[in-house]
Amino acid sequence: MKDLNYNQQFEFSGKAKTYSLIAIAIGFVAIAFGILAGHTERTFANLLLMSYYFASVCMQGILFCAIQYVSQAGWSASVIRIPQAYAKVLPYAAFVLIAVITLGLLTNHTVVEEGKKIVEPYLYAHWATKGIVVKGSENYDAVIAAKSSYLNIPFFFARLIIFLGLYSIFGALLSRYSKNEDEVGGMANYNKSFKISAIFLVVFGFTTPLFAFDAIMSLEAHYYSTMFGWYNFAAMWVSGLAALTLITIILRQNGYMTWITDNHLHDLGKLVFAFSIFWTYVWFAQFLLTYYANIPEESVYFYKRWEPEFKPWFWLNIVLNFCAPVLLLMSRDAKRAATVLKYVCIVVLCGHWLDYYLMVMPGTVGAAGRGFGIEEIGIALGYVGLFTFLMLNALSKTSLVPKNHPFLEESLNHHI
Amino acid sequence: MDSTKYILGIFDDPDEMMKGIDSLKEKGVSIYDVFTPMPIHGIENKLGIKESRLPIAAFIFGCIGLTAAFCMLYYMLVYDWPINIGGKPHFTAPNFVPICFEWTVLFSSFGMVFTYFYSNHLFPGRTPRVMDLRATNDRFVIAVNAKTNTQHDQIDSCLKEAGAVEIKHNDRKYVSYE
Repeated sequence: MKDLNYNQQFEFSGKAKTYSLIAIAIGFVAIAFGILAGHTERTFANLLLMSYYFASVCMQGILFCAIQYVSQAGWSASVIRIPQAYAKVLPYAAFVLIAVITLGLLTNHTVVEEGKKIVEPYLYAHWATKGIVVKGSENYDAVIAAKSSYLNIPFFFARLIIFLGLYSIFGALLSRYSKNEDEVGGMANYNKSFKISAIFLVVFGFTTPLFAFDAIMSLEAHYYSTMFGWYNFAAMWVSGLAALTLITIILRQNGYMTWITDNHLHDLGKLVFAFSIFWTYVWFAQFLLTYYANIPEESVYFYKRWEPEFKPWFWLNIVLNFCAPVLLLMSRDAKRAATVLKYVCIVVLCGHWLDYYLMVMPGTVGAAGRGFGIEEIGIALGYVGLFTFLMLNALSKTSLVPKNHPFLEESLNHHI
Repeated sequence: MDSTKYILGIFDDPDEMMKGIDSLKEKGVSIYDVFTPMPIHGIENKLGIKESRLPIAAFIFGCIGLTAAFCMLYYMLVYDWPINIGGKPHFTAPNFVPICFEWTVLFSSFGMVFTYFYSNHLFPGRTPRVMDLRATNDRFVIAVNAKTNTQHDQIDSCLKEAGAVEIKHNDRKYVSYE
């Protein structure tokens, strides 16, 4: 690795910048279209979906860095700038998510349900509708009232802000230590990263299930599943890995990060492959227990997803997130072929959009208001553009390789 | 006629051994095998060893396990003795999944172990066959077939130059553990 340029930096300009800005513009147009076409609730559902996806991928970046530090992994040192760039984007993602939730929760619309006019918020109507926990109100719901000591608006926001704030702080600390390491060298910063990563993993492990319960599961607040947190964790982890692999391959194809060899791609491919199976495992564990026990308040979740409007998507979810990665990435050669890996990662990323779609839509717009059109595609594109723009911007701030990372040499000579 | 069957170049440093492989290949000497106490990166490519076909065996065994589990469950729960459990249909595919999965894993892992044993001629009670005892401890050994490569002096000097600590001319292929 004599010809390695340790100061190589990503230059954020040209096509990448133009296209990501165009994508953001498409996103705004789609939002405007959705509201003008009278699909405000559907627009909000899509915004929530993509904000959650966006924040999850950024959180995964911090988690990836933390795991590499705690396990003292060597192979990943040469790609670690990319998840660090995710980590730097998390504060923006957190802001967007909280803004969408605030807007959706605090603006009301009137719907007619079973001949009754109800004023309910666009998001989380299931538990945040006015009067739902007040005895004697016509909206009173005893189940929600019993949950209201946990599921109430102030505490809900407090949790969101604390969790996302904590993750952002840990992410900022990790990328700052890595930057200091570039400047001064030595082991001090690595040791600090190790310590902060260990603390982060404990905090993250206990709080992400709650984060998933709050942001997504509470859309259908009668339903509960203790698997749901891990199910979302698996989705977050595998979609973040797919994004990391995809970005690495695209950067390499554009002449950056020439030190990334097939061996690094092989490792990333193995992670995408393995965690796709893990996702399926958790998804199926949740499904099988619900199916087998057949308790009404649990079954209703899958009942809604088996209505004719959702059933094809429900099965497509398994095809995209399980069959595709497992069959396409099973052989060693496929994991080492950048083109195959690239397309599988795109499939997995789309698949996890669909996964979140199936988590969000039945509980918000329901089967009647379901759609797949300008709002869905446009808003998804907008967030992809936003993520790309912010992530590449963060990536261009530091060199693409942590030049004083103690395991860098091992990573550059990585061979499996 | 020289009775030497195999020439062993014994190294105490893996890098020197890798150099030895290179210089032997330059001279056009074919290498019979290399024995090392630990895995060495890049040695398969250097020796031109074909990729293992064990994963293919694993896949096939997995498919057999999946089919076997499915057939067993179908026979028992649907065909031979259908029982009404919780009002569910007799052929309940989701319930089949855990057992099919477990049998897939079981068959592919055992199948892999047995395939590995078979292809390496290993089974309990088998006397291990090694060409040099210290190759399992702290020495890196290059074995050259002396019958097909007849320039023994050249091979010796080549190994010596690369840094071999010892060169053996063995009349028997394997040494025993006696």
